[in-house]
Amino acid sequence: MSLFRVFEISGSAMSAQTTRLNVTASNMANADSVSSSIEQTYRARHPVFQSLLNAESLISNGESAGVQVAGIVESQAPLQMQYRPEHPMANEEGNIFLPNVNIVEEMANMISASRSYQSNVEVVNAAKQMMLRTLSLGQ
Amino acid sequence: MNLDKAFGIHATAVALRSQRAELLASNLANADTPGFKARDVDFKSVLQGASDQAVALQTTHAGHISDSRGMFSAGQLQYRQPHQASLDGNTVDTQVEQAEFTKNAMQYQASLRFLTGRISGLVSAFRGE
Repeated sequence: MSLFRVFEISGSAMSAQTTRLNVTASNMANADSVSSSIEQTYRARHPVFQSLLNAESLISNGESAGVQVAGIVESQAPLQMQYRPEHPMANEEGNIFLPNVNIVEEMANMISASRSYQSNVEVVNAAKQMMLRTLSLGQ
Repeated sequence: MNLDKAFGIHATAVALRSQRAELLASNLANADTPGFKARDVDFKSVLQGASDQAVALQTTHAGHISDSRGMFSAGQLQYRQPHQASLDGNTVDTQVEQAEFTKNAMQYQASLRFLTGRISGLVSAFRGE
């Protein structure tokens, strides 16, 4: 029955948005994690979403699709280098490296993820109501 | 009198509405997926098509395509025209989809009301009180 698939689809979206919130939290937490070399510095991470077509839905249900996280990519934006010889993490030349996390971008990402999560919750609630009404049909 | 006919178009409408709910849920779920194209069906033509199939197809072999009464097929899906195209190729407009989903849910419940009316009418006819 189609309405059961709504739970699967919206559930997959909620799980994907949770991953996005997790990644955003990790980026914001590490926004000030400095290090002494380019390789060790934290880079901003972003999840890549992909629609999830399953074999069952292709045949009978008109190709509706859930969503999955295809992977998490690290941002290739340049890192900030600062000359701070007094810093305990400074290297031989007196430089430290700051992560390429853009706090404003991450805040916007967080709001977008939580809004998307909410709209999926509303869909699940509506589907639940529809099913309950169907169960009490004819009473 | 045929019981299938007693319920009229509403039984088919309920099946199609629940399938459309799934489709709209999938649009909403993919609101942030790059390259995803939002899809919907023209409900009027789908309902027309579903109720025109008067005779059910028989399937006598596992390879036979089963009768799809009360269901729309992938061929009937249409792509939604976005109000504002996004750079990543995604055409889902969350507000539009949410409004459509709510509308669809209300119409589903309206069909259920009609069915309940038919059932209670039949029950009182059976009792003959």
